[in-house]
Amino acid sequence: MPIRVAIVSPEQEVWSGDADMVVARTTDGDLGVLPGHVPLLGVLVPGGTVRVKTGGREISAQVDGGFISVTHQGVSILAETATLS
Amino acid sequence: MAGQLREYRRRIRSVQSTKKITRAMELIAASRIAKARARVAAARPYAEEITRVIEAVASQTTISHPLTTERPQPVRAAVVVITSDRGLAGGYSSNALRRANELIELLRSEGKEPELHVIGRKGVGYYRFRGRAISGEYTGFSEQPSYADAKSVGDALIASFVASGESGGVDEIHVVHTEYVSALTQTPVARRLLPMVLTETNEPPAGGPLPQYEFEPSAEAVLDALLPRYVESRLYAAMLESAASESAARQRAMKSATDNAEDLIRSYTRQANRARQDAITQEISEIVGGANALSSAS
Repeated sequence: MPIRVAIVSPEQEVWSGDADMVVARTTDGDLGVLPGHVPLLGVLVPGGTVRVKTGGREISAQVDGGFISVTHQGVSILAETATLS
Repeated sequence: MAGQLREYRRRIRSVQSTKKITRAMELIAASRIAKARARVAAARPYAEEITRVIEAVASQTTISHPLTTERPQPVRAAVVVITSDRGLAGGYSSNALRRANELIELLRSEGKEPELHVIGRKGVGYYRFRGRAISGEYTGFSEQPSYADAKSVGDALIASFVASGESGGVDEIHVVHTEYVSALTQTPVARRLLPMVLTETNEPPAGGPLPQYEFEPSAEAVLDALLPRYVESRLYAAMLESAASESAARQRAMKSATDNAEDLIRSYTRQANRARQDAITQEISEIVGGANALSSAS
């Protein structure tokens, strides 16, 4: 069961799609989100990388000044600036 | 007689070149509306998500955070007014300024000292002419604001909000911007940005009930980090919406200017034709009169 992931910056939605796992670094340390994760709201470290594993591929994005919001509906990465790399 | 004709032709040429300018501005404004509307739509996912998250956090934590708590004795309030950098946009800036003045009156009557933060040259000029103190002025991006612009405005506001009214900062932040209702209607609106106005309803919000979040590292830290982002994103949304309204107002103003120019050209052309015809008639009657005088003399 994939999770819906959206990486959004104020000016546009950078990436969205279904994924198997999301790995992001919060101020407390690395955080991996698998389907069925409890709702969570975390502050991401500045200049960190968010990795999204979907199928066999892995998408990574540089995010700055962001949050990760996990709900039952999906995962949102809110970042002031986000660029896919 | 011929002088009059020349005068009309000169006026027609002058109105024609004005018409070219207003037509060009109308077309530019029309394309900018579409662009600005697209940017409003692109900014929406972020703005909605951040508002939803804050509501979720605020509804389930008991901590009192400046973001959501009303200060007991508010003494100063920041008013952000969004106007345009350039004129020729009909009543766009003056409508926004009128709404801002209503808000300022209201704040004064509630015993809060308003502090002005003005976006756009028109607003800056308006308040400076009236000798009003401006705490912050931001110009040069009213038609195409970027997130960085919203951030530069937001930084100053947040710093003074965190400082609070007693120590020279502000206790509330209000924004006056122009809402784009349709291409024909734009209404200036005033909203309070901080402290947040939470909608307290018993109905479950759209998209299902808000989940019980866990916080990493803590609810306070998350709210602290959310506060500036929230202010910036709301300012950015207001600026984009205002940019769309500004372009729509300008398009309408320039369209009526172009129509007026066309009317003028039509009536001048008619008058020029009459002047030309009069001159010809006069010339004929002079020739006929001259010939008659010659034949009667011989």
